[in-house]
Amino acid sequence: MQPSGSSSFEIVAREDFSDVTFLLEVRHPMLAKAAKAGQFVIVMEHEQGERIPLTIADFDRDAGTITLVIQAVGKTTREMQQNCRVGTHLFAVVGPMGIPSHIGGKKKVVCVGGGLGVAPIFPQARAWKESGAYVIGVVGFRNRGLVFWDEKFRAVCDELIVCTDDGSAGIKGLVTEGIKQAIAKHADIEELVAIGPPVMMKGCAEATRPHGIRTMVSLNPVMVDGTGMCGGCRVKIGETVKFACVDGPDFDGHLVDFDDLMSRLGRYKTAEKEALERFTESCRIRGDAAAEPALAIDRPSTDG
Amino acid sequence: MAKKKTIRTIPQERTPVQEQDPKERARNFAEVSLGYRLEEALVEAERCLQCADEPCVRGCPVGIDIPGFIQKIADKHYHGAYDIITDTNLLPSICGRVCPQESQCEGVCTVGDTLEPVAIGRLERFVGDMAIKEGWANIPYIEPSGHRVGIVGAGPAGMACAADMAKAGCEVVVYEAFHQPGGVLKYGIPDFRLPNEVIDAEIEKLRKLGIRFECNTLVGRLFTIEQMVTEMGYHAVFIGTGAGYPSFMGIPGESLNGVLSANELLTRANLMRARDFPSFDTPLQPGRRVTVIGAGNTAMDAMRVSMRLGADKVMCVYRRSKAEAPARVEEVHHAEEEGIEFNWLTSPVELLGDADNKVRAMRCIRMELGEPDSSGRRKPVPVPGSEFEIETDMVVFAIGTNANPILGQTSKLKLNKWGYIETDDDLATSIAGVYAGGDIVTGAATVIQAMGAGRKAARAMKAYLGLRDSDCVYAPDTDDPGGRRFGIPAAEHNFARVRLA
Repeated sequence: MQPSGSSSFEIVAREDFSDVTFLLEVRHPMLAKAAKAGQFVIVMEHEQGERIPLTIADFDRDAGTITLVIQAVGKTTREMQQNCRVGTHLFAVVGPMGIPSHIGGKKKVVCVGGGLGVAPIFPQARAWKESGAYVIGVVGFRNRGLVFWDEKFRAVCDELIVCTDDGSAGIKGLVTEGIKQAIAKHADIEELVAIGPPVMMKGCAEATRPHGIRTMVSLNPVMVDGTGMCGGCRVKIGETVKFACVDGPDFDGHLVDFDDLMSRLGRYKTAEKEALERFTESCRIRGDAAAEPALAIDRPSTDG
Repeated sequence: MAKKKTIRTIPQERTPVQEQDPKERARNFAEVSLGYRLEEALVEAERCLQCADEPCVRGCPVGIDIPGFIQKIADKHYHGAYDIITDTNLLPSICGRVCPQESQCEGVCTVGDTLEPVAIGRLERFVGDMAIKEGWANIPYIEPSGHRVGIVGAGPAGMACAADMAKAGCEVVVYEAFHQPGGVLKYGIPDFRLPNEVIDAEIEKLRKLGIRFECNTLVGRLFTIEQMVTEMGYHAVFIGTGAGYPSFMGIPGESLNGVLSANELLTRANLMRARDFPSFDTPLQPGRRVTVIGAGNTAMDAMRVSMRLGADKVMCVYRRSKAEAPARVEEVHHAEEEGIEFNWLTSPVELLGDADNKVRAMRCIRMELGEPDSSGRRKPVPVPGSEFEIETDMVVFAIGTNANPILGQTSKLKLNKWGYIETDDDLATSIAGVYAGGDIVTGAATVIQAMGAGRKAARAMKAYLGLRDSDCVYAPDTDDPGGRRFGIPAAEHNFARVRLA
């Protein structure tokens, strides 16, 4: 059981959920065996690429694959959207990183996923289900066309609340609306797990705070190595400073300083914008169809 | 036989080494020191007295036969010099560049009692670079022992341990979390001090010994140390994961944008090549006025990298005085030459931000030296009412690192109260067959100290595996002059050579 060397992380499946969101299944048997819910990987698409953290959205130990769901908004993710086809290889995939989510010992939990967080909340919901908990899933999308994995979620959730911004599927409103419904219906919720853009996780933490429900959020700040070495991912948790890569990525949502997190996520914005503009320009010159600018959506925290 | 050299007959002046002009080099990443040319090396080699005492050998953490290799240079037998160095150190091009020689071999050199010491580091580099240029590689005959050794971390400690274990006939695999081997040599030490080609050339030599490097492998999380010695079938494991985890001071404003650790700055600039953005994708927002806190080698590297990235002004803030600065003398000197402004006896109190949460200034306080503290250095104490502001748009913390927590989180290894791995005198950890060395045991130290630890662990691992190690059998005390027979030092390699002859 030796891990494969670099440049041999084959992409074995791809699925496009929308014009910006796509799924990759990557062959890495050891990683699939080691991965647990809540962990992430760092990926380099090519040798000159940057290292970007991506939450493990699913893993299949029998097939030896891990699943990544990527939102194409920055230069690297747009480039991956263009280049990552079945049969191609990623230059580097390293992980699983971070402390696995603590799952078990609770009877009723809510698993909330919004935007890019919908995919990674799935293994959490499944793990909670396997631990014997009653699982209420709350997933949020902008509209009906962007909904994915509906069946997968229904298979592991006792209840599933789909929320869309325009009400074209499920209930109308943000995931916080779904949380309110769940709390109104169940007085005995013991824990809520939320993964998504920082502003959404902040909303979730605020929604549960008055009810005193333990709320775990998965943070994905800018990082380089993912092994505790650069300190770029430091986050304020209550009075202390933690490194999301090795002390997290899961933290108590009621203690996280989300404003600090959001401000720090933007610290390479100028360079990121420049890289994206150059990339779009080079695509346009080549006459690429994918050169159309991505729709303005929440900047995912994964674009280090 | 030449006449015996005395302190009066040797060249009196230490041979200077050619360097790039400070003004020019402060804006490029090419190597600062150009290294000795042949004639310069020959002159400097003449300065070694070949004294009987050999304090330099004891001053070297890996015990290189320094007078021996210098004599070979003087005899113009350069390959012979390379043979002698590589008996104990496989990476002369690296060590010749980054060792703090002034506090090791050169610090105790007999010539140094009267004149400037022999430039041992520069001579070592001369030999190493010539070997790379000429394609020399000393690949000894290796008898496979049937043992498998796993090494965690492809930095200096892991590389040194791997080399010794491979030479002892073990099948060696080195695991590295980054996508390239080299550890701190790659991500930390910048190109102008240690070019990447040199590191790659030295790593290539390790590959020729049969060592396999597995990158993109996070040991602890992908598999555990316990799994390595059980289901993965490693007979012995060495951990050289380094310290890593950078420290911050805990002063207000540390989470402002534009505030980062030296590790982040250096990794982005060196390993990830942010300096070549946008051809490489990793960004690094360059600072116009960069302030680096700390005065160790890492701080010097961070300052000099910032200068080369195009900063208008680079400042150092250090709470003690220049005399206490932990960096190598040469590094401070180079930094000064390149126009870096040093604020000695100054300590940061607070970082101030603008409306966009970006750092705009650092509030500092002047310090003065008081009574000696536990480290023996005079303790800096704040001067009341001396606070002032430095205008800055980038603040880099280079004040040291803490233990990386990953292996502690994922194994039953016994750690000390600071989180470093606890070992016995032979560097054995609390798990049988698992050894550790370098920064993850001692806390942050130097490249050569880590290499020394890697070699020390290798000796113990060979004993644990029951491999006959002539180092232990024939030369239990390397300092013993009686250990030399017919002028042959009683070390493993030489016996191997004698046996083969």
